[in-house]
Amino acid sequence: MPFVNWLKRNLVVIAGLLTLAYLLLPNIIVTVFSFNKPKGRFNYEWQQFSLDAWKDPCGVSDLCGSLSVSLQIAFWATLGATLLGTLIAFALVRYRFRARGAVNSLIFLPMAMPEVVMAASLLTLFLNMGAQLGFWTILIAHIMFCLSFVVTAVKARVMSMDPKLEEAARDLYAGPFQTFVRVTLPIAAPGIAAGALLAFALSFDDFIITNFNAGSTLTFPMFVWGSAQRGTPVQINVIGTAMFVVAVLFVLASMAVGHRRNRQKA
Amino acid sequence: MSTLTEAPPPLAPEAPGPKPPKRRGRWTPYWLLLPGILWLLVFFALPMVYQASTSVQTGSLEEGYKVTWHFATYWDALSAYWPQFVRSVLYAGTATILCLLLGYPLAYLIAFRAGRWRNLIMILVIAPFFTSFLIRTLAWKTILADGGPLVGALNTLHVLDVTSWLGLTAGDRVLATPLAVICGLTYNFLPFMILPLYTSLERIDGRLHEAAGDLYARPWTTFRKVTFPLSMPGVVSGTLLTFIPAAGDYVNADLLGSTDTRMVGNVIQTQFLRVLDYPTAAALSFILMAAILLMVTLYIRRSGTEDLV
Repeated sequence: MPFVNWLKRNLVVIAGLLTLAYLLLPNIIVTVFSFNKPKGRFNYEWQQFSLDAWKDPCGVSDLCGSLSVSLQIAFWATLGATLLGTLIAFALVRYRFRARGAVNSLIFLPMAMPEVVMAASLLTLFLNMGAQLGFWTILIAHIMFCLSFVVTAVKARVMSMDPKLEEAARDLYAGPFQTFVRVTLPIAAPGIAAGALLAFALSFDDFIITNFNAGSTLTFPMFVWGSAQRGTPVQINVIGTAMFVVAVLFVLASMAVGHRRNRQKA
Repeated sequence: MSTLTEAPPPLAPEAPGPKPPKRRGRWTPYWLLLPGILWLLVFFALPMVYQASTSVQTGSLEEGYKVTWHFATYWDALSAYWPQFVRSVLYAGTATILCLLLGYPLAYLIAFRAGRWRNLIMILVIAPFFTSFLIRTLAWKTILADGGPLVGALNTLHVLDVTSWLGLTAGDRVLATPLAVICGLTYNFLPFMILPLYTSLERIDGRLHEAAGDLYARPWTTFRKVTFPLSMPGVVSGTLLTFIPAAGDYVNADLLGSTDTRMVGNVIQTQFLRVLDYPTAAALSFILMAAILLMVTLYIRRSGTEDLV
């Protein structure tokens, strides 16, 4: 039975590909339904092909406004979390100090906490302080939960760094600032970039913490959540599809660049 | 998560001659830590204190709340909402097991069998993240729609009879049932299972598989005795990264479920944002946090794996 043998050998491959299909199915649906022309207010049933939404992605009120709010928050949250997180990562890898265990726990706990708990407790703080909920409270919250992920990403990279490279730079009479900028930073850069990318994605797509602390400010995920109650415009599928395509192209392009660099080195 | 249990940092041996200027100040690490740690203290740790204090307050929205050490709120909250707690644990637990069963073959495929397709599959696992998860969750409304092809097929194959007997579905519907919520949770947190599994599988030396084969182990025995035990760190951190967010989630239960599938996250959200009963909401949130921390600690102890991720 050659077929049964083939099946036995490739069972794990088939199971894996089925899981991959399960992961990608919703994205396929999102893309297909961005070309739909729904009858009612909800875009859940296929009616007929149309390019209307693609021609007018901002045609729904508040949608592009919320998208711009989300991008701004994600930008500043990424900047803040990457800066603070990188400093912590360097301190953790490069120095011995007291209270190390406490610092480590403080960084680990936000990652091990259900989002709704952080969201609710932060809201009690803001309510008690009488803070005005809005752009700033969202930004504060996003920097808080992105911070730990940046620390983890940067730390992994800095830990695997060869300390001899910095010693060599010092032996060649580089000052501390020069060593940091010309040697340390370039080597740590991929870790910092990975942390920043992760922070951006987390912040841009965050819903639960934002939902608690947004007040009347509308981010893109909040817009989608509201539209699930009131009616889902086709335009959200257009945005979802465009983000997916841009991300895949970005990754493919960066891989191609890396490939070429490796070839040039070889 | 190795942050919890790491070895002291590898310090370069001090070279004779001029002292490395980078380690000149005893205070330098504290200055580096200060802004970030202050941020976490004020906006992560302090809110926990405020939440604990809110949970023992009484009063009303109009007259304001005062701390009266009213611990009965905890008892009232638990007796009113224990079904939602049980549901959260059951749904999140089922979704975690499903994630492990579905994610393991894919992680194994990427680590050992994908060859030159490895990078492409990896991209396809991560890329869906870039479409907002709310939009992707809404897509499940289309996939699981009443009378849609999937539900029709499950009906014809009498799968829905089995699931309704188990209490997972009702009649010939999948939407607005526990099955839909579990399906959504599994889908949303699957990548958090696959990535740590892949990381720990990828570290396994391929020669160990060959050695097992040379010693006449069948493929299944090799998997059970070699591959799976070596992937345990990935299994532990994957299950944690899936279970914790799933247990606190309210998006899937809200979008794909009904009033009968409400989880504890839904209750916290409604009490906080709509009913404005802050003490009850804070108490529920506090119980959820304590329960999760307790479970995580016990689980890490039992599985004996300390270096996660």
